[in-house]
Amino acid sequence: MRAKKLTAVAGGAFLAAMSGAQAQDSEITLCWAAWDPANALVELSKDFTASTGIGMNFEFVPWTNFADRFLNELNSGGKLCDLMIGDSQWIGGGATYGHYVQLNEFFDQEGISMDDFLPATVYAYSTWPKGTPNYYALPAMGDALGWVYRKDWFSRPELREAFKAEYGRDLGVPSNWQELKETATFFQGREIDGETRYGAAIYTERGSEGITMGVTAALYPWGFKYENAPGSYDMEGAVNSAASVEGLEFYKSLYDCCSPPGHSDAYMVANLDAYKSGQVAMQMNWFAFFPGIAKDEVVGGDVSGFFVNPGQNIEASTLGGQGISVVAYSDKKDLALEYLKWFAQPDVQAKWWALGGYSCHQSVLGDPGFAETAPFAADFLKAMSGVQDFWQEPIYAELLLAMQQRVHDYVVAGKGTAQEALDKLIEDWTISFEDDGKL
Amino acid sequence: MPDEAQRARRALTVSNRIASKLRGLSDTAIAWIFIGPTILLLLAINIFPLLWTIYLSFTNYRANQPGRPVRWIGTRNYERLLGSEDIWGYLQATAHFVIWTMIFQIVIGFGLALLINRNFRGASFWTTIILIPMMLSPAVVGTFWTYIYQPQTGIFSYIVDFFAGTGALDMIGSVALAPWSIIIVDTWMWTPYIMLLCLAGLRSIPDYLYEAAEIDRANALQRFWYITLPRVLPFLMLAVLFRGIENFKMFDLVVELTSGGPGSTTELASINLKREAFEKWRTGYSSAFAIILFVTIFGLGNIYVKVLNKVKS
Repeated sequence: MRAKKLTAVAGGAFLAAMSGAQAQDSEITLCWAAWDPANALVELSKDFTASTGIGMNFEFVPWTNFADRFLNELNSGGKLCDLMIGDSQWIGGGATYGHYVQLNEFFDQEGISMDDFLPATVYAYSTWPKGTPNYYALPAMGDALGWVYRKDWFSRPELREAFKAEYGRDLGVPSNWQELKETATFFQGREIDGETRYGAAIYTERGSEGITMGVTAALYPWGFKYENAPGSYDMEGAVNSAASVEGLEFYKSLYDCCSPPGHSDAYMVANLDAYKSGQVAMQMNWFAFFPGIAKDEVVGGDVSGFFVNPGQNIEASTLGGQGISVVAYSDKKDLALEYLKWFAQPDVQAKWWALGGYSCHQSVLGDPGFAETAPFAADFLKAMSGVQDFWQEPIYAELLLAMQQRVHDYVVAGKGTAQEALDKLIEDWTISFEDDGKL
Repeated sequence: MPDEAQRARRALTVSNRIASKLRGLSDTAIAWIFIGPTILLLLAINIFPLLWTIYLSFTNYRANQPGRPVRWIGTRNYERLLGSEDIWGYLQATAHFVIWTMIFQIVIGFGLALLINRNFRGASFWTTIILIPMMLSPAVVGTFWTYIYQPQTGIFSYIVDFFAGTGALDMIGSVALAPWSIIIVDTWMWTPYIMLLCLAGLRSIPDYLYEAAEIDRANALQRFWYITLPRVLPFLMLAVLFRGIENFKMFDLVVELTSGGPGSTTELASINLKREAFEKWRTGYSSAFAIILFVTIFGLGNIYVKVLNKVKS
């Protein structure tokens, strides 16, 4: 009798272990940053599990550690992630070092056409070498840097009157950087509802990519270019052109005049905090955060308005966003590809946008009613038509850190001049490209 | 019972066999048998990585590009490092941090130890309270000090403004104040450690020395100068050695507080080394930098230990 019981228990345990192993076999892990759109993706992916039976695990890491954590994972050939929503700048390294699976054959087999996605996002998130039809990712999350402002303050008669008296124009959404600075100066140190307010929360973070993303939001509209001709790595006169120097000087002047006290190491979350706590009249941030702001209890609804990154010499915005790639070291590449196939469907893309993700699919963005679907939708479309991205070279991290150091030294620490900062940046980048065999 | 007796007999036979074998070995051979595994372990985890790092420092190796051919580039990494203004800046920032933290921690730590050594009522309680900062994690300390330093809402700025009327102080964002912000936090955290070692030194001084000094009518300053200080000095120097090495490679606290900023103002050598090695993945270059730092610490440490031995003797 005892032997029978033991056999039954052992059999049960074996079956349980087997079914557990089978369940693990039909589960995949998606790696991304921990932020609002990731929560929307978790919600969306429930449909994938329901329709295919493939379970989804998620590995989300805060932005501050995102690149460190997952680039190390890729570099070490780790099997943690089957799918990776990596930054746009990773595409060069992902393709060159074999971290990502090339998707051309799969797209052809499954009838997935890159023409169905916004060309700017295909170029930025999917192709390597840039602009060639070699795809290593499916555009997953379109994003660009935009601005949020306190619509309620902008519409107060006494403030509008004071602004008009000071600047001779109506207080409204700035159409260029000069106007943005004037608006920020107007709010800097102003008492509103008994509290001291400040002009604008801008990116100044030193450790990862913050200040580079902020500075380039000003540099691109001034006409900054990385190279004189694409692919030439000839940077002299492009990176440190007179327009670039002017743009960088302007960003520093904006930091000096109009940011809140202690805003010297601020990125996405710090800007959100400064804005939501009522410290600032405007903040720069990624469009990805705008659905959350629009729904926020304190600053949501009519309290906030949104605008696209102002132009100066040209209209341009800093690119954010990511593509979704299949990790080459995964043992479940077939299941991961299954996910891409499902994700590329127009109805899934429509739901993705509805849940708070930024679809790059033409069927969603090209819909005549799209601009009306959210208060920031029209601005998002406008921004995506003029996005520019940082280097996407395999050694992008090295290039990024050099820029972080040079521009932080100038903008926040006030060391040297803008011209010197950009000249030194060219020196750093030249050494990096020489080491990489590109020069 | 018979089983147990048999087992005991067998064990005795085995140990006799081993003993007879060992009896044939020299003392040196037996010593090598005991320390051999430790030496092998040291070779594997200390000496080999050191030699490998020296080799890598002469190459263009990048750990994130395994397929890339590794090229011998001679002393190019060292030339770049020693010719770089930035590197000298990081070393200067490190020296500034190490020197000032040592000065503050020795003065305050020794002072606290003298106070606690008076054995007043509640001395044990206050000793425990003083020790709390060094029991905390540096990452936690760094994080909560960023809030304390916050110019608008932080208590540090409020207190300084209250007493000195300075207005809001941006300790972390200001080029002039940021180096002091990390010195203050490190001093707050690690002064108790110096105090503890000094206290051990003070408690080891026999009372009869002070009694003899009193008979000789030595005043308080003379007692301090001729008895207390010389007796505590070896402890103090040991504390400085430990803290000096720790602060030379300071990383976590500063990363949490300032991330090396503003600009590169508080970018200490170890922070830059981490950026070069694990963010830029310039493994060869960062190996050269690590070797330079190692030689510096090793050289300074050796000189210091020699001085320490002289003081002791």
